[in-house]
Amino acid sequence: MSEAICVRDLAYAYAASENEETVPVFHDLELSIEEGSFVAILGRNGCGKSTLAKHFNAILLPNGGSVSVFGKTTDKEENLIPIRRTVGMVFQNPDNQIVANVVEEDVAFAPENLGVPTAEIRRRVDAALRQVGMYEYREHAPHLLSGGQKQRVAIAGVIAMRPQCIVLDEPTAMLDPKGRREVMEIVSRLNRESSITVVLITHHMDEAALADRVIVLHHGEVAADGAPKKVFSQVEMLHSLGLVAPETVELCWALRKAGFDLPLDVLDVENCAQALYKAVKA
Amino acid sequence: MEPILQVRDLSHIYSAGTPFEHTAMEHISFSLHRGEFVGVIGHTGSGKSTLIQHLNGLLQPTAGEVLFDGRDIWSDKGFTRQIRFKVGLVFQYPEYQLFEETVYKDIAFGPKNMGLEEKEIDRRVREAARFVGIDDKSLEKSPFDLSGGQKRRVAIAGVIAMEPDVLILDEPTAGLDPEGRDGILENIRSYQQAKNATIMMVSHSMEEVARLTDRLLVMNHGQVAMDGSPREVFQQSQALLDMGLDIPVVTRVFLRLHELGPSVDTSVYSVEQAVAALKIWKGGVPYA
Repeated sequence: MSEAICVRDLAYAYAASENEETVPVFHDLELSIEEGSFVAILGRNGCGKSTLAKHFNAILLPNGGSVSVFGKTTDKEENLIPIRRTVGMVFQNPDNQIVANVVEEDVAFAPENLGVPTAEIRRRVDAALRQVGMYEYREHAPHLLSGGQKQRVAIAGVIAMRPQCIVLDEPTAMLDPKGRREVMEIVSRLNRESSITVVLITHHMDEAALADRVIVLHHGEVAADGAPKKVFSQVEMLHSLGLVAPETVELCWALRKAGFDLPLDVLDVENCAQALYKAVKA
Repeated sequence: MEPILQVRDLSHIYSAGTPFEHTAMEHISFSLHRGEFVGVIGHTGSGKSTLIQHLNGLLQPTAGEVLFDGRDIWSDKGFTRQIRFKVGLVFQYPEYQLFEETVYKDIAFGPKNMGLEEKEIDRRVREAARFVGIDDKSLEKSPFDLSGGQKRRVAIAGVIAMEPDVLILDEPTAGLDPEGRDGILENIRSYQQAKNATIMMVSHSMEEVARLTDRLLVMNHGQVAMDGSPREVFQQSQALLDMGLDIPVVTRVFLRLHELGPSVDTSVYSVEQAVAALKIWKGGVPYA
């Protein structure tokens, strides 16, 4: 497998305003993300998650070290446009990302800017809207959609660009439970069926549990990295970093302390119920 | 005991009489009592925000009334103005509303508007800052130099400093990490307990409302679809799912476990309750 994103010895600090010190975020961060994988990045507010994400499509450039995206480093001017076409970003607030008054025009915005021929734009917009299940809303006004629907339109706008990688920075923070489910379904499906590399930044552990790999950032360093079952089983470690495990794991952890014999790698309701069933039957 | 807030047959229609007419809320009635902690859940567009903006007079009802201590909040202009201080409203992402040079001045903005004396303003600013865990040293900082979680605390302190009898918060923990979420919820709890204040909190997290509230209002299509204790509300899992909502993970696990055979108590909704319920079941006492 080749690497989608490769971060080598990354150093970055936010520039200081007058009379103030710079704010260092990364010193020597090493990280690589495999092509086609679904990676979740967790960590407390201020740990560097969003700063890192902005390095993935060259919104921010390293002070030291390098970031390369599908083999192209972000420090070369001529790489910037190809990189931004390759890595699409989706942010927290759908209202800040929607620019047009009609859903399909919004989705067409990026390919139009890329100079894609009209007939091809039409094809891409229709395909993207179908992929996120919003095709029947193509002639609607975006501001009348629900939060989850708006976020799906924002994702369609990104996939119409045909990126190889999508970076989503807390895409469900403002959504209700149904909106969250809709968005996470689309994200998983894009990764599974279209082999798009997905980087998901989230505070929701149940969403991170859907990824193939979970990276925990703490003070700009990688504190844990591995399969969700492995990372989320380390409940004490997560608590010490100000994080939690998914609710199913927290439940088994509390029950273990109460004397029940239970595994900690149960990431969904079904597995958790089955594990409890075994434990109470014994 | 007389309720502190009464909502009677409240309806609101946006842009009435135009082609964009939209009924956001219809025939809503409920009461809030002193010291209650009430959660409001409902999908986007179910009318939650429209409802809470009526409770401190930011929106005027199309029909129906809101009573504070038994008196219509629109009965006279002076009273409506007082209500804005007695019923404090913290919007979503309130940190975007910070604007002053220092944290102190930002928190002092509300009490200043109330026309309080300098000494009383000072007392309130410091007390409100303590409620949200902002230390004295930070009071002279620019709010824009604080972290996101701290900014949100400052914004909440600005409302608390008005010492409202009813504190209403619209998704106060959205976008915060687990520790930040717990911290803010703890702050709200401590204000409620210290002042015997009524809290109304809108949230999309079923776990959060399950853990904190005594009572849940479920909004759907502009109406109150359910009003009861978390235990009562979360028993109606299918109805909640049909409304685009959810039930706490722990409840889902126990419903599934019950299906598998063990007759465990399926009305649990927190980890603590679940542990207790399993211990009881394991101890051979079947749940009735």
